[in-house]
Amino acid sequence: MNYTIHFNLVWKYVPDLLQGAVLSFQIALLAFLGGMIIGLVGASIKIFGGRVSRGIVQAYVSFFMNTPQLVQIYFFFFALPQAGLLLSPYQAVLVGMTLNAGAYLTEIQRAGFLSVHKAELEAADTLGMSLTQTIWYVIFPHICKVLFPPLSNHYIIMTLGTSMAAIFGVEELTGRAFNINAVTFRSIEVFILTAGIYVGITILASLILMFSGRWLFRIKGKVF
Amino acid sequence: MAGSLWEEIPRFFTYYNWVFLLEAAGRTLLLTGVGCLVGFALGFYLAVARLYHGRIFLPFKVIIVLYVEIFRRVPFLVTLMLVFFFCQGFGLEVSVFTVALATVCLIAASYTAEIVRAGFEAVHHTQWEATEVMNFTLGQKLRLVVIPQAWKVILPPAFSFFIAFIKDTALASQIGVVELTYVGKVFNNKGFSPVLAFGAILVLYYLMSYPLARFGAWMEKRLVVSKH
Amino acid sequence: MSYLNIENLHAAYGDNLVLQGIDIALEKGEIVSLIGPSGSGKSTLLRALVGLTKPHIGTVRLEGRVIDYSNKRSLREARDHFAIVFQQYNLFQNMSALKNVTIAPVKVKKREPAEVEQEAKTLLAKVGLGDKLHSYPDELSGGQQQRVAIARALAFRPNILLLDEVTSALDPELVKEVLDTVRMLALEGMTMLIVSHEMAFVREVSSKTVFMDEGKVVEIGAPRDVLDHPKTPRAKEFMAKILRH
Repeated sequence: MNYTIHFNLVWKYVPDLLQGAVLSFQIALLAFLGGMIIGLVGASIKIFGGRVSRGIVQAYVSFFMNTPQLVQIYFFFFALPQAGLLLSPYQAVLVGMTLNAGAYLTEIQRAGFLSVHKAELEAADTLGMSLTQTIWYVIFPHICKVLFPPLSNHYIIMTLGTSMAAIFGVEELTGRAFNINAVTFRSIEVFILTAGIYVGITILASLILMFSGRWLFRIKGKVF
Repeated sequence: MAGSLWEEIPRFFTYYNWVFLLEAAGRTLLLTGVGCLVGFALGFYLAVARLYHGRIFLPFKVIIVLYVEIFRRVPFLVTLMLVFFFCQGFGLEVSVFTVALATVCLIAASYTAEIVRAGFEAVHHTQWEATEVMNFTLGQKLRLVVIPQAWKVILPPAFSFFIAFIKDTALASQIGVVELTYVGKVFNNKGFSPVLAFGAILVLYYLMSYPLARFGAWMEKRLVVSKH
Repeated sequence: MSYLNIENLHAAYGDNLVLQGIDIALEKGEIVSLIGPSGSGKSTLLRALVGLTKPHIGTVRLEGRVIDYSNKRSLREARDHFAIVFQQYNLFQNMSALKNVTIAPVKVKKREPAEVEQEAKTLLAKVGLGDKLHSYPDELSGGQQQRVAIARALAFRPNILLLDEVTSALDPELVKEVLDTVRMLALEGMTMLIVSHEMAFVREVSSKTVFMDEGKVVEIGAPRDVLDHPKTPRAKEFMAKILRH
């Protein structure tokens, strides 16, 4: 069976796909922000908390980092209704992705916090800086600089991770691709376009993050 | 609910179900393992190909760079669909497992090419120069000097990629590969409690991933020490 | 026609024109030293001879035959005649001293492994490292590593030995042992092109000194003449600065 590629039948769907991409972006952003908050709390507990709370955080982190995000979302989508909590597909995806992100971001932030060298704190101390000054002028910039690359990297990973929302019917980029495929049957063309858009948005995101990193924190990074 | 959950457990953990679960887990590992091995080999050769000098090699090198940059930026699900419909469209009669395997290979190759390239660059350029002036062929440079030094930088990220991919293969369930996630859906559809169904496969994934992750961390620590 | 003729050699490092027309002739058994300030192009000249930096204007003739740096075979053949010892020794970190010395003759020059190993042991003993055959580079001092590098270069059986500031990266107390080794090679009649900052050594060992500045040959002559009685203003300036301490 031979298949001839006809892109002209699919071009008109590009705006639709791009709208889906906006939703992908939205999901990734929300999950990332939520995950950052969880990560901040989790990292703080892991560094300053007591044995029991540290254990709980470690269990959470370990569990979400060693199991697939897809299955985590399946669990929330199918199991929570049994406990009385009915989630829409979009909500289930968001909850799953946020909790998943929270685990990774806990680890990233923990490493970042621990990277502050004692030497820097001692230097600030000898210069007579107060605690607030030390935090604002020494610790905070250092941590931002250290955390920016791994956080940027994980954000890109999450953007790609939003594609599994399609399995639950969410109409983000991949979801729309499935819909268009069902209508036009030009599968190869549709998914090539979809892949192209993913490449485009990740490169765009990488560039934006790289330039922000350079401008804000003077981090030298590269996209390729 | 908890009461009925308790009752369900013996019905769930029958011998037949266990076999089903473990077979599927095996298929997940097989998919990841074979896919990554083939992908690593391919990616390694792609990285070596980028080392060739000469204008005739330029088009190949451009294609390789494009390949590596593209396949690292497309979600697994989308790549899976592309391979699936490509096979379907061009009349390739392959099983869904093969489609998934091919997808894993493609993606693993692109990530490996980057990891190996970074490994080669980690070997100080003066080592390369010393082999250059003594007329080593590219093969000799790699075999005798570069790879013996680069493998320590290549192995940790390659291994952690492999472990991470075990989780990505969950998406292969979408095209019908009977791996672990697919089985979870089957059990859920059969009427078992989703807590039990998905909970069981979550635990199985954890049991596959966690020990490997610990091993990877141990290995990385040992390699850092010996690199001093 | 000399053994080695460098004619009007130009080479660039990126956008930088590092060599701007070098003319040097080297006879068999002659030892020529290259001196001059940093950035004058001395190291680049050695690198250009072995093709690590490709010259874009000018010619290099070895025994009358032109070396075509853009032709793979010509370059390989030329490299067979040279051996270069770098400032940073560049020993293969994953091999012992003995392996470092034997690897190229065996794998590249395809010589008999047993014969090469015997020769390697002799060479390493000659440079004073007979007891360090199986030591790895990270177990050796800078001076020892540099001597292994020299032994490695000698095992390659070059016609011309290029030494690129071989003592510059060493702690002062390790410099002598390396210079003694080079002195020994000089006595044996090895043709050498030496880039060095060690002026006393240069005066003692070389038969001709070339003063380079900004990519050009400024003065050329017997060591006593160039070092003690420089004629050009730049050479005078340089000698005054370095000989003061």
